Amino acid sequence: MIVSASFKIAAALSCVLALAACSKKNSPDLNAEAGGVEQAVPGSAKEFALNAGDRIYFAEDRSTLSPEAQDTLRKQAAWLAKYQDVTIQVEGHADERGTREYNIALSARRATATREFLITQGVNGKRISSIAYGKERPAALCDAEQCWSQNRRAVTVITGGARTS
Amino acid sequence: MNDTMTVRLFNPRGIASAALALFAALWLLAQPALAVEGTVEGGRINPLPIAIVPFLAGDGAEEAGTTISSVISNDLGRSGYFNPLDPASFIEKIESFDQEPRFADWRQIQAKALVTGQAFVDGSKVRVSFRLWDVNTQQQLAAQQFTTSPKNLRRIGHLIADLIYKQLTGIDGYFDTRIVFVDESGPKDRRVKKLIIMDQDGYNPQALTDGRDLVLTPRFSPNSQEITYMSFGSGTPRVYLLNIDTRQRELVGQFDNMSFAPRFSPDGQKVVMSLQDGGNSNIFEMDLRSRNLRQLTNVPAINTAPSYSPDGSRITFESDRGGAQQIYVMAVDGSGQNRISFGDGRYSTPVWSPDGKYIAFTKQANGKFAIGVMRPDGSGERILTEGFHNEGPTWAPNGRVIMFFRDTQGESGGPQLWSVDITGYNEQQVPTPEFASDPAWSPKLN
Repeated sequence: MIVSASFKIAAALSCVLALAACSKKNSPDLNAEAGGVEQAVPGSAKEFALNAGDRIYFAEDRSTLSPEAQDTLRKQAAWLAKYQDVTIQVEGHADERGTREYNIALSARRATATREFLITQGVNGKRISSIAYGKERPAALCDAEQCWSQNRRAVTVITGGARTS
Repeated sequence: MNDTMTVRLFNPRGIASAALALFAALWLLAQPALAVEGTVEGGRINPLPIAIVPFLAGDGAEEAGTTISSVISNDLGRSGYFNPLDPASFIEKIESFDQEPRFADWRQIQAKALVTGQAFVDGSKVRVSFRLWDVNTQQQLAAQQFTTSPKNLRRIGHLIADLIYKQLTGIDGYFDTRIVFVDESGPKDRRVKKLIIMDQDGYNPQALTDGRDLVLTPRFSPNSQEITYMSFGSGTPRVYLLNIDTRQRELVGQFDNMSFAPRFSPDGQKVVMSLQDGGNSNIFEMDLRSRNLRQLTNVPAINTAPSYSPDGSRITFESDRGGAQQIYVMAVDGSGQNRISFGDGRYSTPVWSPDGKYIAFTKQANGKFAIGVMRPDGSGERILTEGFHNEGPTWAPNGRVIMFFRDTQGESGGPQLWSVDITGYNEQQVPTPEFASDPAWSPKLN
């Protein structure tokens, strides 16, 4: 309970920080970000990441999908319904605060939960492979919960059939 | 860590050399006929002062003599049980290998034991001899001669150090051994990982893989000729075998899903490992000759990190079937799966000691990662070292020393190899070319 609460606080904080960074960056030229979105070719990996979101996050030592994670996965499934040629690989990841072998298995469990949810949302299982990276590929590098929470993730990587951007 | 016990250094012939008093020492060895005891305060091992005379060298063997002396001195010093004295303090200059030392001169500098030796070039080989003396009783305790090719000189040094260690402590040495580990280079989020094998003192590192594939958890076969490990080579991560001499690589099995966390059986005929199936991972044993696969656990949970007892009758492993990682023991056929860890926190990476008496583990509690040992029935838990991140213990073949990796914080931080005495004292960093993790200690090479 404490873990998931602190996780949410950390996630909320990083949103606030991200917004602050965004608004700062955008204030001199409001069109810069919008221009970036428009340049992403529909059906491309870049557009998938921008519009559906390519990753979801997990609480410590857990593989259950939070409402936010389920929301992202529904967007991913809708996007994948639109682009039927696209195949994906779900990468499961764990943070550094676990042991090597267990984290490999834990990240496999996260990748499996993600893949199975996408299947319930109508994505054909044949289009989805998965791989478990354990703690081998952290996304954020600080030694604090704000980074570890970003590393406990499943990332949907497009492996084929996407438009090029 | 509060008991005080005495470990006596003795030699099997009953000629006393010295004694060590250790807090929380685990072995009370047989009483020597004569014992010189030293008590130690403040939780530090009181090492035996030993004089290692620079080996006399024949023409062309000067470097050989220097190498051997320094290997012996380094091995014995790092063990924590010996204090190799500074050669600058030596009074007697040994001129001949055959002469009896002037023991009074060695007593005066507090040496308890004395090592003399010589090295000669003999054709394309080098001939090395050593003698070990008890300074108090003025008797020779051991002497041996080796003939070898010059490239094996460091090994001769390790073999001599093993003989001295065994003679003076009564415990088998562990210096003529090697370590296989994962070499880590590049930025933290894109680490390049290679398998490297090296001598236990960090010399002669040799890469076994080229870094193209992510590799993890290498483990030695009982004859030290093969490694089993996990590789992310092509698609699904799988368990492989690697022959150290030929560098030939072999897939252990073509399974539908990921295979990981492998370890050899004590007879080298089987590999035990985890096979993933969806969100669960269970433990299987594969017979390497028949390729028969036997499922040992069948629980909807993460069951991994299996390690055999040295007699091959049991397997310890970790499982989160009860909600969080804990250590279990089962018979080798999978029957009688019993949880043995019951302390606060998560217990993982159990490894059975070579003498069968202990299981070493990683423990996570209160935001810290510790290395500890417990008996196979779960009693007698002791933490040897604790900090930000210590993980993955492996035993020296004599069961006295545990190596593990310790991660340092920060974006530029990374893991390094450390060793610690089973008493929890004498932490030593093990030199490696770059960052290093997942060490595995070989059996004795001979």
